[in-house]
Amino acid sequence: MKIKMPRWFYQLASPRWFYEFTGALLPWFSAAAILLLVIGTVWGLVFAPADYQQGNSFRIIYIHVPSSILAQSCYMMMAVAGAVGLVWKMKIAHVVAGACAPIGASIAIMSLATGAIWGKPTWGAWWVWDARLTAMLVLLFLYIGVIALNSAFENKASADKATAILSLVGLVNIPIIKYSVEWWNTLHQPATFTVTEKPAMPPEMWVPLLVMALGFYCFFAVVLMSRARTEVLEREKRSDWVKRVIQSY
Amino acid sequence: MGNFSSFADFLQMGTHGLYVWLSYGIALVIFIYNIVSAYWLKRQFFINAKRRLRREQGTV
Repeated sequence: MKIKMPRWFYQLASPRWFYEFTGALLPWFSAAAILLLVIGTVWGLVFAPADYQQGNSFRIIYIHVPSSILAQSCYMMMAVAGAVGLVWKMKIAHVVAGACAPIGASIAIMSLATGAIWGKPTWGAWWVWDARLTAMLVLLFLYIGVIALNSAFENKASADKATAILSLVGLVNIPIIKYSVEWWNTLHQPATFTVTEKPAMPPEMWVPLLVMALGFYCFFAVVLMSRARTEVLEREKRSDWVKRVIQSY
Repeated sequence: MGNFSSFADFLQMGTHGLYVWLSYGIALVIFIYNIVSAYWLKRQFFINAKRRLRREQGTV
């Protein structure tokens, strides 16, 4: 299969270009991540009003919702990058996919843990075998599966292919997570943010949530680029430009 | 201070202090893990690569 793509697409496929480009982006994303996360945390913890029913336990939302959406976005990115790697035989795409897995797993743990902690004062239980919670647990297992499969191969090309296929198959779980609150009777509340409707909470509550979500995405970009850059160097260590990078480090 | 009458009140979070601070603590730990592990991979790469480069240059 051969599909003509724009020029930047092929530039992105060049390891050296990728390394230099992400190197230029990193400081900006780092600054944005720190700024957004600090503002979002202080705003959410101190200035956002307490919920009239849940009191201050509601403040867990500023960790729980951003980590939940990021864990899913990260999975989608991993699957899409894997597919791009399979179709266009693009090594950089596999590098990015590989870097997504450990980050996504840790963020999924954050989502599950903060959900359990929030569940205790709100529902009276740390865990229930509810559709949304179970689907999210499956997401964590998918991440762990991808990491395990990736490290099971001696040959990088085989590992790339196998993990790309596994992450594509696991993609079916993403709509299940999203619609789980509609398809099944559930304790879990529906989405806070939707594209079509106004949020079901006042701006004093959802603006800091948006700030936190953006901060989480910027943070993800930083650690993703950082991991991917190291992996690019590792894979290209025989080339002259990497030797120059090593010498100047 | 925002919605709280005092710093002690802020720490207590009504009756939910344990839950709120545990959540934010876990988030902080996972954030630090991500930063440290990414940094560690990079450091490890450069240590090994420098060693290898020196060895190669020594034999040529």
